[in-house]
Amino acid sequence: MTDALYRDYILDHYKNPRNFGELEPHDLEFHDHNPLCGDELGVHIVVDDGKVAELRFHGHGCAISQAAASISSDELIGMPVEDVGKLDANWVIDQLGIEISPTRRKCALLSLKVMRGATTGDASWPE
Amino acid sequence: MALATKPLAGVRADFPVLEREINGHPLVYLDSAATAQKPRQVIETMERFYSYSYGTVHRGVYELGREATEQFEGARERIAAFVGWDPSCSIFTRNATEAINLVAYAWGRHNLGPGDEVLITEMEHHSNIVPWQLACEDTGARLRYLSVGEGGELSLDELDAVLAEGHVKLVAVTHVSNVLGTINPVGEIARRARAAGAVTLVDGAQAVPQLPVDLGAIDADFYAWTGHKALGPTTGLLHGRRELLLEMRPFLSGGHMISRVERDRSSWNELPWKFEAGTNAIAEAIGLGAAIDYLAQIGMEQVREHERELTAYALERLPEIEGITLYGPDDLERRGGVVPFTIEGMHPHDIAELCDREAVCVRAGHHCAQPLMRSLGVGATARASFHVYNVREDVDRLVHALGSAREVFEL
Repeated sequence: MTDALYRDYILDHYKNPRNFGELEPHDLEFHDHNPLCGDELGVHIVVDDGKVAELRFHGHGCAISQAAASISSDELIGMPVEDVGKLDANWVIDQLGIEISPTRRKCALLSLKVMRGATTGDASWPE
Repeated sequence: MALATKPLAGVRADFPVLEREINGHPLVYLDSAATAQKPRQVIETMERFYSYSYGTVHRGVYELGREATEQFEGARERIAAFVGWDPSCSIFTRNATEAINLVAYAWGRHNLGPGDEVLITEMEHHSNIVPWQLACEDTGARLRYLSVGEGGELSLDELDAVLAEGHVKLVAVTHVSNVLGTINPVGEIARRARAAGAVTLVDGAQAVPQLPVDLGAIDADFYAWTGHKALGPTTGLLHGRRELLLEMRPFLSGGHMISRVERDRSSWNELPWKFEAGTNAIAEAIGLGAAIDYLAQIGMEQVREHERELTAYALERLPEIEGITLYGPDDLERRGGVVPFTIEGMHPHDIAELCDREAVCVRAGHHCAQPLMRSLGVGATARASFHVYNVREDVDRLVHALGSAREVFEL
């Protein structure tokens, strides 16, 4: 059975998240939560030559928020730090490749929110 | 059991929402601890009032004003009688949160100071935490918490020990936990607090909708609750001890709460209107009167028995789900109609989303009780809660939906 939201790759990223854990030492970090459900996500980033050289997410959350972090992590590694701040909500939703209802939107956006917080200090929700 | 379910047999037909199908399935509403569905008796009472008797209260000399006032104050009298308190000390508020804020501002800001303590518990809803955090911040008082034990209950010994230190000025405690369902011995807590010279506020938002509540017997100084969880519209109540209400300053101020307004100062209206600034939510109060009549007709002992039976059935069936953890007291005598749970390998948010596919509405999240979530060691839980319109089949449908959810997650 293929579920429209909980696709195989979403569940795979949820159960086996890529680039999860902590990085010590790290250059940038940020931690935040989704006030609606209390989910928490943090990120550690190592910067090299102005680019995201390594990153690790950590925290707990639903399949959508964890898969969003895991799936986008591979794309974020190698990206110039200044480009991370320019990423918007559509970027991360495209990464997920599923339709996101308004009630799950913040789940999908939490990982980008902490990435932007770490790289730009802007802790607002991506639009 | 047959005795309990018999008068409730026809109840479902009174709730229009239960005629709905969602995603091709008949609705199973298991989130009454968040807000309850409304019977047509409430909806029709409000519609009748708006259609034929609407006017403002306490002012109109004309017939509509008289009718509105009569229905509004009549609702107050029946609501107060329902919980066993004096109507003149029963104040309409926006909701339970505003009722607690009323006390935190009008009593707290003038009776707390450095060296004093406000004692709350780890199982409070944010509405009975945050107003006290702010009151303590403003007055220099200290906020303390009673812990929640393994079985999801408070310890009266711990209460005594904290009270014995002699600094507690106010004890604020929930009657029934919105997460664990724990029914706290609030009468005993109020008695011990009073003996130690402390005032007690009880948050009854989860209690009045599902238990027989006798405020005269509990004898707390303040008791707050809200109508929307009790099959009524969104309007709250604060019941207070007359001596305290008389000496308190008003909370919100403006029209209706005054006796006389001079250029520089004013004097206050009598109780309860001293605390009801501005135009009331008139239709909501009248609608809540109808909700209380409806509950009284069923009988709160029957409501309680029904909740107990459904909770017992849920606690019997839910362990069939592999990887499930249930929270809350085992003793059904000390537990209301709410069942929190987690399932290994599936976040509560995803559980709720997948239950919705089968039209089963459960809540997921921290339930506005983050300190409690931390003490339970979980980020969030799913929660099923019941009211008069739920039946055993709803629990069966929940179990089925959880089974389907595990399949989607390939657990």
